[in-house]
Amino acid sequence: MTNSFGEFSKAKMFMVIGSNMTEAHPVAASFVKNAVTNGAELIVVDPRRHRLVDYATTHVQLKVGSDIALLNALMHVLIEEDLYDKKFVASCCQGFDELKEKVSTYTPEYSSDICGIAPDAIRKLARKISSVKPMMVCYTLGITEHTCGKNNVQSVANLQMLLGNLGMEYGGVNPLRGQNNVQGACDMGALPNVFPGYQRVNDSTIREKFQDAWKVEDLPFLNGLMIPQMMDGLVSKKIRGFYIFGENLANTEPDIHKVEHELASAEFLVVQDIFLNETTRFAHVVLPAAAWSENDGTFANSERRVSRVRTATPPPGEAKPNWWIFKQIAKRFGQDWKSDSAQEIWDNEVSVLAPNLAGIKYSRIENDGIQWPCGTVDHPGTCYLHKDGQFTCGLGKFNPVDWTPPAEVADDEYPFVLSTGRRLYHYHTRTQTGRCAGLNDLLGEETADISFEDAQALGIADKEMIRVSSRRGEVIVRAKVTSEVPKGLVWMAFHFRENNANWLTNPAFDPDTLTAEYKACAVKINKLEN
Amino acid sequence: MVRLIIDGKEVKAAEKSTILEAAQSVGIRIPTLCFHEKMKPIGSCRMCVVEVEGYDKPITACDTRVMDGMHVTTNSERLFKMRQETLKLLCANHPLDCPICQKAGECMLQDLVYEFGVAQVDNKLPATKQRIAPYATPMIQYWHSRCILCLRCVSACRELTGAYAIDIKTGENGPIISVNPDKCVSCGQCAQVCPVGALIENKHSMRWRPWDIKKVRTTCPYCGVGCQQLLHVNVKTNRIVSVTGVEDGAPNQGRLCVKGRFGYDFIYSEERLKTPMIRENGELREASWDEALDLVANKFKQIIAESGPDALAGVSCARSINEDSYNMQKLFRAALKTNNIDHCART
Repeated sequence: MTNSFGEFSKAKMFMVIGSNMTEAHPVAASFVKNAVTNGAELIVVDPRRHRLVDYATTHVQLKVGSDIALLNALMHVLIEEDLYDKKFVASCCQGFDELKEKVSTYTPEYSSDICGIAPDAIRKLARKISSVKPMMVCYTLGITEHTCGKNNVQSVANLQMLLGNLGMEYGGVNPLRGQNNVQGACDMGALPNVFPGYQRVNDSTIREKFQDAWKVEDLPFLNGLMIPQMMDGLVSKKIRGFYIFGENLANTEPDIHKVEHELASAEFLVVQDIFLNETTRFAHVVLPAAAWSENDGTFANSERRVSRVRTATPPPGEAKPNWWIFKQIAKRFGQDWKSDSAQEIWDNEVSVLAPNLAGIKYSRIENDGIQWPCGTVDHPGTCYLHKDGQFTCGLGKFNPVDWTPPAEVADDEYPFVLSTGRRLYHYHTRTQTGRCAGLNDLLGEETADISFEDAQALGIADKEMIRVSSRRGEVIVRAKVTSEVPKGLVWMAFHFRENNANWLTNPAFDPDTLTAEYKACAVKINKLEN
Repeated sequence: MVRLIIDGKEVKAAEKSTILEAAQSVGIRIPTLCFHEKMKPIGSCRMCVVEVEGYDKPITACDTRVMDGMHVTTNSERLFKMRQETLKLLCANHPLDCPICQKAGECMLQDLVYEFGVAQVDNKLPATKQRIAPYATPMIQYWHSRCILCLRCVSACRELTGAYAIDIKTGENGPIISVNPDKCVSCGQCAQVCPVGALIENKHSMRWRPWDIKKVRTTCPYCGVGCQQLLHVNVKTNRIVSVTGVEDGAPNQGRLCVKGRFGYDFIYSEERLKTPMIRENGELREASWDEALDLVANKFKQIIAESGPDALAGVSCARSINEDSYNMQKLFRAALKTNNIDHCART
């Protein structure tokens, strides 16, 4: 996030696009609701009429995967009607002419055919979002989990730059991160192209710095593989040893049949986790890890805040902290790592090696965490980025993009669009929430959410068991007939193994980020034969 | 700024601030019960009455704004007696079942009754008439006879959660709390703000006393908001028994959702992995750490020798702590010599 949760309740206008915040980030959503109570406008852009829409002044119910068409049309109107922030664009941005040219073809009439929003509604929306400054944009996986995910993100950034809504409080581009420490795992360099602190592995000066710190030679300089490439490599045997730490890939990746074939192809699979799960079925070695609240450490949240995690009770049996396990393996490679606690790792290594985190030390985050960038120990942390329009790269660059359809669209054989996500009462594959007293009582099974119109047309009653199938697989699941989804859409989650949406999802990926298109594939639904 | 006198002390307070806030700013305590710092003043309990020069009757400090030149007295014999009477009235309709109440020891009513020396209450409710009434969520027990109608839960559900699932309605014997299960999101914020034992977590049958609890501050393990939690650990059983939000913690300001509040006990599952395991003849068998780690290291060394370091790949965890991810990428880069390290950020 460029901005902070603390700003939410005082923001004047929100555009929440592709984010079922009420269920996936409930506490963040509560601050948005506070803002609405205080008079803020809330524009929800989403194919579903989810619960946040109850608080919205405007619901833009676009078609799945048509975000760029809508956003480009909004920018078309902003430029055509001279409603954009000319001063910000002139002084802080570059590439405006290219953007202008690109969006010139996205007339509201043209985009309307793609996104299903009437041309007049697009014009009105453009006028509305330019009438209040700043507007805060929040998005989640509805933007990123598409084959055009990267372009979707750029399109959101283009809009906020055009409106001059960056570098100030109550504005910005704010992706709400899905996992508690997905921001931190990125910050720590658990990525194939960067060391901790986003320092590139192909930069020789940076490599030398890490070689000195780690007392090693010949750190690898080529970017590594991303998860889907690793999975392919298991089948092609390019990858022979695979180490999965705390991810239940067998349930979370698109197309479970494909994923399980890949995992079954692994020559040597190590899984480090807190439970046996669908992924450990393929493991050759399973290592028992300490869980949350069983060791000390830090998480970084969506707003870049590094907060403490503390030990409440000890791990069971011989389970060990994950950092300890990695250290023991390194020892078997002749490396004697000095740091022997999470605090030592952070204070003596992470914050020394990552300039953005240099000022964050355990002693400073006893209570509230600190938001990076925080370069020195007297720096208070950074609540919002790009202050006064100063971008990291100098001028903010418009990246004009074209709309592209999802890799698989509805057709005669598979006439429905399946979109997936999470529900309030469970988390991901339920390895944790499924083992918490009471939560299974609140939500005990998966449903396929369908519209009243489709239910009626197919003669499906609410709570009836139905078959949902795609080109990859099929599940038998209970229908939930609801006004939350529009005609033509089926919505499911991936919390329950048996009827997990990932039996159906399409392993098609954004070409740059290799993010899978969980939000759109084609399915059919049928009543069960008696 | 507004200048006023509180208990003989000159106080500067911001315009639009309340007498309660002005008093708190200089360390003068006015007793409160329904007031909660994160919510608008409710003004239902009348514990915070103060005397203001020029007014015949005492007024409530929580919802009265300061005015220039105000003379406020927060403590007097009259105020003490009024507060006593307020507490007596509350106790008349509140079962004095403290010995079996989960909240005993951290109950605001109990503390105030003790502080104001309230005795000989004409209690209308015999303790045997205890009833747990149906509530908006199975995660909470509603001991309705203990409810003092302070309306904190109503405010919390509106102002903090934004769910509007709790309201007040007229029952047979006067006003009662009414709940709407369709709107409830089971966040338990109502129980967190309940000053008495009316709303009690219904998660497990374990019982504990507040003085056996050690509170450990930590960060929630679920979504990317990073809510600050207090883990209530029973030091006698060494178990987390309850979780609350850190009232002034950033970013959640005391709020939690259903997963943050009730999703902690997976760590005590009997199904937890307790020893390393190695697959042999198709089955996983228990192993020692040395055996398992030697196997991993030797196999990785063999693969590196035969196919090079890029024949290894690793996926780190977006749920675990930074220091774990740091050490994993360090292992892959510094020891195994490959950049084939990724995690689920791209999905």
